[in-house]
Formats: sequence, structure tokens, C-alpha cells
Amino acid sequence: MVLYSLTFYLFSSVAVLSALMVISAKNPVHSVLFLILSFVNASGLFVLLGAEFLAMILVVVYVGAVAVLFLFVVMMLDINFVKLREGFLQYLPFGALLGIVLVIELGILFLTDRSSNIYKNQTPLQPIVNEVENTKMIGQILYTEYFYLFQICGIILLVAMIGSITLTLRDKGGVKRQNIDSQNTVDASTAIEKKKVKIGEGI
Amino acid sequence: MTHDILITGLIIIAQILAVVVPVLISVAFLVYAERKVLALIQLRRGPNIVGPFGILQSFADALKLITKENIIPSGSNKIVFILAPIITMVLSLAGWAVIPFAPGWVVSDINVGIMYLFAVSSLGVYGIIMAGWASNSQYPFLGALRSAAQMVSYEVSIGFVIITVLLCVGSLNLSKIVLAQQTVWFAIPLLPMFIIFFISALAETNRLPFDLPEDESTLVAGFFTEYSSASFVLFFLGEYASMILMSSMTVILFLGGWLPPFDVYPLNVVPGVIWFTVKVIFILFLFIWVRGTFPRYRYDQLMRLGWKVFLPFSLLWVVATSGFLVYFDMLPK
Repeated sequence: MVLYSLTFYLFSSVAVLSALMVISAKNPVHSVLFLILSFVNASGLFVLLGAEFLAMILVVVYVGAVAVLFLFVVMMLDINFVKLREGFLQYLPFGALLGIVLVIELGILFLTDRSSNIYKNQTPLQPIVNEVENTKMIGQILYTEYFYLFQICGIILLVAMIGSITLTLRDKGGVKRQNIDSQNTVDASTAIEKKKVKIGEGI
Repeated sequence: MTHDILITGLIIIAQILAVVVPVLISVAFLVYAERKVLALIQLRRGPNIVGPFGILQSFADALKLITKENIIPSGSNKIVFILAPIITMVLSLAGWAVIPFAPGWVVSDINVGIMYLFAVSSLGVYGIIMAGWASNSQYPFLGALRSAAQMVSYEVSIGFVIITVLLCVGSLNLSKIVLAQQTVWFAIPLLPMFIIFFISALAETNRLPFDLPEDESTLVAGFFTEYSSASFVLFFLGEYASMILMSSMTVILFLGGWLPPFDVYPLNVVPGVIWFTVKVIFILFLFIWVRGTFPRYRYDQLMRLGWKVFLPFSLLWVVATSGFLVYFDMLPK
């Protein structure tokens, strides 16, 4: 139990600290790297909750794919760090206002009697040991009760994918492309042309 | 109470060492084997000076590299520059935590073993991207960009291959995946997937014919151009350790892990570890054989193969496999 709490505090404190560094780091690439650290620690917290499938999906999807593309884009951009700092004071009041509103709302949520009662009755969070693996449990709910929602999510992603492909696809013409099928079907009769050349004239 | 924690901790550390040390030693012999096999393919002798038949060559090389000066370029981003090789090395060793070498011979027998392996291998790209960016130099940066695109592309088809195997097993636990192959190894009914997985593994570990991130004829040495001495050694060890890791993954998914080819008398008395090792060595030999045989792909050909050939085919095969399993009522319960 001691070990459990220790790992919990390790993961959660590193997650919070690295999330803070995401917004305070001067270099955008460092920000993305801290974001990745935060993701990894969040997945560690999922493991502690006994939700190992969610933890692995978080790493595979967010860290393995989404954050790679983030890093890719941020590295390629030529960002002017000085210009980025310029508007800081100008936006500060607005940002601070948003932050304060959010903190107050969260505070109200936790201080109201109804929600605090829920937390009082709960046993401390521990890995739930079940006979059914939680991967199976997720599957059983996802493909029965939430089947239509799941399908709709898939269709939304498909539309987004096709949209981004149509935005970037353009055929300028005049670009030399390799056509592998035509290359593979070449034989001596189609590749070689015999010509009779008259002496002293060329083709 | 604290006494118990101490003992459990010591046992865990001993288990980790029992896996990591043999892996690192086998990396040294893999490098030697690669040079020797390539030499045989090219009708040369290969390393033959240090130790009998040159067998200690890798240790001599490692010693030489570590005693050299570690140069950190002045224009580089120092923290990220130093972190990159460490991350590569750690990730290539972390995957070994879930590999079952024989029944019960596994450091951590978790339910989502295969997902963990997939996650760890998809993180491998960070070491390369960070190295390329932190070096602050053109060639490493180009190498890093190539690698990022390449590894993300081939992960997609690896994911589909894994899904096909999982459909036939009904569990994400690696030991259960091995035990599901007692009647027949998955390499036989799922032969096309086996081939796709092997080729994708070549791309995922940046091996020839897909070693465009380090492409020495155009990019000097790719993402580790600026690295020297011990940090270079870490990249080198990481690359070969992840090669062995991918081979073990292939063996577990398709070649029946620790199981003997036939469950008959002289074969089934051989310990599972021996079978596992023999199979991994076979796959590693294929890696080296491919390197000695095929020319390097051009970058657009590599992308075409990943997105236009492997992805549609593996997607089709997932649909076909699930259809087959449902129609003949063979889904694992």
C-alpha cells in the first residue's frame, strides 16, 4: 500500500509539473517534449487504477502518433521566440480571468454537498481485481450498448481523413511519377525499337 | 513490512538483470554475427583477429568507442542531445519486461502484453527525432524527419497484423498468444501477415533495405552524425537490442514462442528457452541476410509500399480473417 501511494504521488506530481512546463517552457519543442512526459505519466496513473488497456491506448495513440506529428510540425516551423513573447502582457488579463473562472467553477463543484457526499462514500482508489479482463469489459460495452455512437465516431474520423486528403491533394501536371505496373510489364518487344539508320544522317 | 518490500524489490532487480545482461551480451554477438555473415555473403573473411575467429571483436570495439572523447556540438541543444541516446537505449530494453522466454519465464506477465510492446516500439521514434533536432545540423535533421514519417507509416500495418493475430487468440497476453499456437503456428494459416510483419519490422528498426534515416551515401550517418563515443554506443546498442526485440515479437506472434515444432518425444524434451532462442536467431539471420541481398529503397518507394500495398492488404486480411472465424464459428471463447 505504501508503494502504491508512493507511485501515485510520483506519477501525479510529475504529470502536473510537466503540464506546467508545457505552458511555461520558452522553446516550443521543449513544450511538446514535456507534453509527452505528461501523457506518459497520465498513462501510469491509468495503470494504477487498473485500467491497463486505456493506459496502453493513451501511449499508442497520443504519444506514439499524435505527439509525433506535433513534434514534427513544431520542429519544421520557423518560430520567432521574441515575437512570441511580445503580446504576453496584452493577453495576461484575459487569460487570468479565464483561469480564475475555471478555478471557481471547479471549487463550487467540489464544495457542494452532493458531490462531496459521493466522495465520502467511496473506498480509496485501488486496482480493481476482476476475473474478466478490462479489455474484454470495454469491448462488451462498446460493441453492444454504445454501438451506434462508436460507429458515428468512426464516420466522423473518416470524414476528417478524407477532408484533409482532398485539401492537400493536388495534381499540378508535368510531375514525373514512377508507374510501377507499367515498369513491371515492360519486355523486349515494348522496350526496344529497331530503326534503320542511314549512314551519315542519324535518326 | 519494509523488510518485505526490500526483498520484493531485490527479487525484481535480480529478474531485470537476468533479462538485461543476456540481452546486452547477445547484442555484442549479434554485431559479430552480422559482420561475419555479411563477410561470407560478400566472399570476405570478416573479423578474425581479436580472440578465436575474431569472436571478441565487438567487445574490443565497445572498449575503443567508450574510451574516445565525447563531443557535444556547441550549437546543439545540450539536454535534449544527451537525453536522446538514453531514451533510445531505455526503450529498447523496456520492451523485454513482458517477453515470455518459456512457460512462466517472464518478468511481468501483464494482461495487455502485446499492447505494451506495441506502445514501447512506437515510442522508439522519439530517440531519433530528438537526436536529429538537438544536433542542430542539416543531415541529422533530415534523417530524423525521414525516420518519423517511416516509423509512423509502418506502425499502422503492424497494428493490423497484431489485430489479426489477436482475433485468432482472444487475449492480449503474450503467454496466451503462444499457447494458442499449440495446434499450428500462426505463420502457416496467416503466412501473408507473417511476411508483412517481418518487412514492417525491418522498417520499424530502420534496417536495410529501409535504413533511410541513416542512409550513409546521402546523409553522412543520418540522425547520429553528430554523436561520438559513449552516446554513439548507446544508439548502436539500442538499434541492435530493438532488432532482437522485434525478432522475439515475430517469434511470439507467428512462430509459436517457446513451443517445439511438433509435440513428439525427442523435440518436446528440449527446454522452451532453447526453442525460443533458436527461432529468434533464425529471424535475426533473416534480418542480416536481407541486408546482404537487397539494395536500399528510394524514399517514395518506401512510402508507397507502406501506405499503398501493406495497409490495404492487411486491412483486407483483418476483414477476411474475422469473416472466416465468424462463419466457421471458430472465434476463441
